[in-house]
Amino acid sequence: MCLAVPARVIELLADDEATIDLAGVRKRISLALVEGVAVDDYVIVHVGYALQKIDPAEAAKTLALFAEAKMLDSPA
Amino acid sequence: MKYIAEYRDGALAREIAARIAAEATPGRRYNLMEFCGGHTHAISRYGLKDLLPAAVNMVHGPGCPVCVLPIGRIDNAIELAMQHGAIVCTYADTMRVPASGGLSLMKAKARGADIRMVYSAADALRIAQENPDRQVVFFAIGFETTTPPTAVVIKAAHAAGLGNFSVFCNHVLTPAAITHILESPEVRELGLVPLDGFIGPAHVSTIIGSQPYEYFAEEYAKPVVIAGFEPLDVMQAILMLVRQLNEGRAEVENEFTRAVTAEGNAKAKALVAEVFDLRKTFEWRGLGEVPYSALKIKAAYARFDAEARFGITYQSVPDNKACECGAILRGVKKPTDCKVFGTVCTPENPLGSCMVSSEGACAAHYTYGRFKDVPVKAA
Repeated sequence: MCLAVPARVIELLADDEATIDLAGVRKRISLALVEGVAVDDYVIVHVGYALQKIDPAEAAKTLALFAEAKMLDSPA
Repeated sequence: MKYIAEYRDGALAREIAARIAAEATPGRRYNLMEFCGGHTHAISRYGLKDLLPAAVNMVHGPGCPVCVLPIGRIDNAIELAMQHGAIVCTYADTMRVPASGGLSLMKAKARGADIRMVYSAADALRIAQENPDRQVVFFAIGFETTTPPTAVVIKAAHAAGLGNFSVFCNHVLTPAAITHILESPEVRELGLVPLDGFIGPAHVSTIIGSQPYEYFAEEYAKPVVIAGFEPLDVMQAILMLVRQLNEGRAEVENEFTRAVTAEGNAKAKALVAEVFDLRKTFEWRGLGEVPYSALKIKAAYARFDAEARFGITYQSVPDNKACECGAILRGVKKPTDCKVFGTVCTPENPLGSCMVSSEGACAAHYTYGRFKDVPVKAA
């Protein structure tokens, strides 16, 4: 039910709406719940509404955190 | 797809699993509840249970809005369509939930009720605009993730002066449900559900932020790690919980920082606060009446409240006697403890709500081959 997907904003439209691209699938969604979204931002989309912008720097940090497990495992 | 594929790397998942196994204290059990159905689904779908060491015991929580919606509320939605002749718009999730009298929204539709599946609350509003001579009710369910879009359409209907649109509000709140579980006799007195920590909600937290969980960490001394719904997010959160427990910490940590901040989404929270009030109590399937655990439409927007407009009264209906959904939702039982799991009750023909939603513990368990745990009995 809380299913939501990260999608790229490809065009800003009138009435607080935008077109998003999800691996080639395009859809019109609402930006009524978010602020300061620009083209090429990734947003988390749920039932046709963007809930949050994805922070690319934080996403990279989390990926680095996953990789830490690997480094810790390998012998020094 | 960006922000998905890199969080599903199997080799990395095994590395994190090895880390968890290496850091788990020998002889200690780590009983962790994943509150959300989204996490339950990821654990089953990606076989995370098979990667985890035996020391880590995952307990499924009640965070599936379809699963916790009591039968009486589905009955009300059917009543709106069949007795009041309204067009009832609903998310697809609720269509197959068994209701009273052998009905479901799907079966009511087959009998001629005008029930329409929508992708978005905005679609329900559009249907109302296209059918000015009909009453259109949006059957709103969901946690904090799904509530803000409902607030947006109620405000839009108000602004447009739409007289034929209303909302049957069943939105529920996550923190109230977590408190209820921690206060339950199964956890507090009977010790039936050992709980050492929580994996906190992903998308709910994009709205409410990480701050509301501080209370659980402090008051109940249970660590909470907010995690995304991808498999590596879940594995990393388990590692973070194991570390907290090993070090005797009970803090709120956030693994899902790419979308969750401490404060959450201020704009969405303000909209929800403007349109909704707390209900004094609301019945959850499995948990019973939970105080201050759901939302109702504020007096200022009362003309869009379907309960008021159609004089809907709620009547509690007991679950099917053979169904263990209640105990499963409280973490007391596992899907395989239910006598009808995988026999009478399957995703194709669900008896209980946990078998309906793909995020329900039973459906997730069954769909991804975990039904093989059940010994086959020759007929």
